[in-house]
Amino acid sequence: MARNKGAVVVNIERCKGCHLCEEACPSDVLEMNQQTNAMGYHYAYMANAEACTGCVSCAYVCPDACITVYRVKS
Amino acid sequence: MQIATYLLQNHTIMTLQEIIQPANKVYGKTPLLTDTPMHYCPGCSHGVVHKLIAEVIEEMGIQDITIGIAPVGCAVFAYNYIDIDWQEAAHGRAPALATAVNRLLPESCVFTYQGDGDLAAIGTAETIHACNRGENIAIFFINNGIYGMTGGQMAPTTIEGMVTSTSPEGRDVMLEGYPLKISNLLTILDGTCYVTRQAVHTPATVIRAKKAIRKAFENTLAKKGTSVVEFVSTCNSGWKMTPHQANQWMAEHMFKVYPLGDLKDQ
Ligand SMILES: Cc1ncc(C[n+]2csc(CCOP(=O)(O)OP(=O)(O)O)c2C)c(N)n1
Ligand code: SF4
Ligand code: SF4
Ligand code: SF4
Ligand SMILES: [Mg+2]
Repeated sequence: MARNKGAVVVNIERCKGCHLCEEACPSDVLEMNQQTNAMGYHYAYMANAEACTGCVSCAYVCPDACITVYRVKS
Repeated sequence: MQIATYLLQNHTIMTLQEIIQPANKVYGKTPLLTDTPMHYCPGCSHGVVHKLIAEVIEEMGIQDITIGIAPVGCAVFAYNYIDIDWQEAAHGRAPALATAVNRLLPESCVFTYQGDGDLAAIGTAETIHACNRGENIAIFFINNGIYGMTGGQMAPTTIEGMVTSTSPEGRDVMLEGYPLKISNLLTILDGTCYVTRQAVHTPATVIRAKKAIRKAFENTLAKKGTSVVEFVSTCNSGWKMTPHQANQWMAEHMFKVYPLGDLKDQ
């Protein structure tokens, strides 16, 4: 099956580490980083970048509009 | 930046950096949301609803004519986050202020943004009378079943058995009455054209909620009367849960009392 290839960029300084993007991702791409941002939150990052399809689910549910999604058709 | 490469179906190899290019962008923060970080707790539904309102205003191109009325409640600083004109109302008085603004500027697109304590407790009279007059406004109603801002006290919308700081044993309907389904009540008023109940906890509900916001604004531009969009929401801090647990608890318990869907559309 042709799967689109995606990637997300998290605005690290806006992220509050709420885990909602991680829970919404159907491909288990996202996790919270060990590092914290200036607000003290463990921000989201692509722990499993290869699996991202650019489906936007994470960005839809993010309460802080931190996620930009990119996609290329395969 | 990771230097992984990806083999696409057509045998081209791409790096992550090649994917992250403006031409491939499919979603990002609308410029109508300001760069000021929102003060809400991590995972709060208020942020999602702010984002959707900002996206719809941008997509409809109505930034210059839209005027928001901010409430008292956790959303008291809403005016810092969406780049439009705003007025700040006293607690519960947003529909009265919206009435004034829209009557003075009839070509404006006025909406209120209100919590359940604001809309369904102290502001019940303003809400009902604005809807009954059919004021040409949109009302966005964040029902998290609690007074979030002041420390998680019971609201009229708190569901039966729900623990809050002022109902530590859970809401007892014999003592405190039943959860107030105020959106249902507003449907019987002749002034409302659209009353709907939405949520923003999953990608699918977010997409539906955004359509409802758009419809409310379209009704306002078409001068059809009062549109009410309730968002069944979480207050994970007040509920003392993680954001994800709060979403699950909401779906399991709140939706039974506040089922999602259109209540009135004419
Ligand atoms: C006239 C007046 N009475 C009481 C208060 C205290 N007060 C501030 S916010 C609030 C309730 C907020 O609850 P809600 O509207 O549900 O908003 P949330 O914080 O849950 O989003 C109350 C009672 C006030 N600010 N002004
Ligand atoms: S949903 Fe948004 S704020 Fe929450 S962890 Fe993910 S990127 Fe951060
Ligand atoms: S775009 Fe889809 S697959 Fe990629 S991280 Fe977000 S939710 Fe997961
Ligand atoms: S107290 Fe509740 S409603 Fe207020 S910002 Fe925190 S989670 Fe949101
Ligand atoms: Mg509330």
